[in-house]
Amino acid sequence: YRSPPPAKYGGRHTVTLIPGDGIGPELLNHVRELFRFCCVPVDFEVVRVDSSASSEDDINNAVTAIKRNGVALKGNIETNHNLPPSHNPGTICFDLYANVMHCQSLPGVPTRHKDIDVIIIRENTEGEYSSLEHENVPGVVESLKIITRVNSLRIAEYAFNLAREKGRRKVTAVHKANIMKLGDGLFLQCCKEVAAGYPDITFDKMIVDNTTMQLVSKPQQFDVMVMPNLYGNVVSNVCAGLVGGPGLVPGVNYGKDYAVFETATRNTGKNIANKNIANPTATLLASCLMLDHLKLRAYAKMIRKAVLKTLSETQLQTADLGGQGTTSEVAHSIMQEIQRGGPRTSEQI
Amino acid sequence: MAGNAWRSTVSRVMGAIKTQSPQPRTFSRGIQTVTLIPGDGIGPEISTAVMKIFEAAKAPIQWEERNVTAIKGPGGRWMIPPEAKESMDKSKIGLKGPLKTPIAAGHPSMNLLLRKTFDLYANVRPCVSIEGYKTPYTDVDLVTIRENTEGEYSGIEHLIVDGVVQSIKLITEEASRRIAEYAFEYARNNQRASVTAVHKANIMRMSDGLFLRKCREVAENYKDVKFTEMYLDTVCLNMVQDPSQFDVLVMPNLYGDILSDLCAGLIGGLGVTPSGNIGANGVAIFESVHGTAPDIAGKDLANPTALLLSAVMMLRHMGLHGHANKIETACFDTIREKKVLTKDLGGNSKCSEFTADICRRVQDMD
Repeated sequence: YRSPPPAKYGGRHTVTLIPGDGIGPELLNHVRELFRFCCVPVDFEVVRVDSSASSEDDINNAVTAIKRNGVALKGNIETNHNLPPSHNPGTICFDLYANVMHCQSLPGVPTRHKDIDVIIIRENTEGEYSSLEHENVPGVVESLKIITRVNSLRIAEYAFNLAREKGRRKVTAVHKANIMKLGDGLFLQCCKEVAAGYPDITFDKMIVDNTTMQLVSKPQQFDVMVMPNLYGNVVSNVCAGLVGGPGLVPGVNYGKDYAVFETATRNTGKNIANKNIANPTATLLASCLMLDHLKLRAYAKMIRKAVLKTLSETQLQTADLGGQGTTSEVAHSIMQEIQRGGPRTSEQI
Repeated sequence: MAGNAWRSTVSRVMGAIKTQSPQPRTFSRGIQTVTLIPGDGIGPEISTAVMKIFEAAKAPIQWEERNVTAIKGPGGRWMIPPEAKESMDKSKIGLKGPLKTPIAAGHPSMNLLLRKTFDLYANVRPCVSIEGYKTPYTDVDLVTIRENTEGEYSGIEHLIVDGVVQSIKLITEEASRRIAEYAFEYARNNQRASVTAVHKANIMRMSDGLFLRKCREVAENYKDVKFTEMYLDTVCLNMVQDPSQFDVLVMPNLYGDILSDLCAGLIGGLGVTPSGNIGANGVAIFESVHGTAPDIAGKDLANPTALLLSAVMMLRHMGLHGHANKIETACFDTIREKKVLTKDLGGNSKCSEFTADICRRVQDMD
């Protein structure tokens, strides 16, 4: 499931771009500018899905566009409470079953904890996000959390496979099976079964409340973590906070045939929209992950290097990191950094 | 003498009549009885430490020790021993050490049993950074209030077909209203500025939506306390970056479990975190939430801080603020001085030495 979609004419890829709400549009514009500047052979097909004007038709158009292109880069969409629940229409339509977030301490970013390097793999389709709720008796609401063997095996397989690929030593399953004995018990059972097929990787398990406690005191003990949907939401937000905030961490949603790239924590940032103060790092790193996925690795490496170099320059850091830099200053500095790298020859690309 | 006893009886009766009142009750000059459940493992030694400190502080507390190991009642149902229940019903206030839950004992967890017996619906954990016990977070001062009876911990699960399991999360109007009211009352009584409801109503629209609605309704009656709402993931994200922005947090069961442990981690772990459980009918049980630590049990190495701070919380609940402040200050001073710390706090003193130091400080304060 890792082969990139077929490129269109002349070796250029087409990628669906969903600007979303809040700071999404402006940050994705920076991505486009940067790609143009670097002559990245990617064309963006913009599809508007956001909280203001989305009918069922708009969402269907977006779905078709992603199906056609196979890859999407998106900003975050605010929940429209008037529409039926569809927190991420993509995850259901394309079966984007694995949400992967690589959380690393980045140089130059002031944080309380150092040397964090955790990969969080979150089951993205079921669990508490099944949207199955009903009110049998007035005043009593039941919400169903569904755990299936098929999806648990699939996500566990994904986690161990990724761990092996990246040379990681340990996979920790996060659960609450002492309380939800059948549900999380099934999830744990599946993880254990898959672990048996990977004897080179240590399999560990930890209860979710203890996990959060350990994360804020000794996050360096974690390597790869796999978990059901809701705990994934909690743990990924905790980890993103630990390494410096929502402006720094990219996230990917993988399905068998599709991949959607976004910021790891799905905040729209509507309070800071259009003020030129948002941190573009997470979005730019997400676009680099997308380039890796499309096998345009040299471009990915070049842009990532420039982004991280700029990030370590404290005078340019944006407000979320305690600095006073603007988004455009950061973008400009990244372009300058790339230019300093010299013209690219055909061997490099 | 008779007048005092009569007055305290009246106040207790009045307290019982105001059934759902979570306000701290001021007790008149009589000695107040508290049911003490030492627990297992290090439980007995830390309970002894607390009793010693209370004696040194001349707190007007009389301890009634009880055991809560489950017994099978008539009809085959597991229940706590009737002497324990009787004692709690009379005193209304309990202090509990850690209880061990044997894996295959056949009876449910003791904590669960206590919760069901006394309808302990609110779990309250104040998390305050302890000066002298360094963690990466220095400015934590918040309270997590967790609904403790329903939500994701309903225990209702079904195997639909082979390989498909459903767990039911139950949210009721009554429980949500009750916990919201407790949260606002607590905020008002403890001079806290704001209450934040933590939820995921964007995903779980009906269940968390109901919880949120009830919080909003109750907030209308407490205009002196600021009410905000925040998504669970946003709270987590912000909590690890800047915990000082949070004050009182109220939430359903699972989120409360995760967040209260997260906050405990911020201030140094379960060994220093107090906890209180508020029940219907004015019952309140304060407890330490760490484990029984069987490996150091009986060796005078345990750290009584968590149980002590829970006991301080209990004093405040009873309105005995003077004694509460005295004991808490003595405890924090001892930790800050770093001379007689137990092993888990980074020192190598004994539990008795730690306790003696606090007793000395308390006595010096008079």
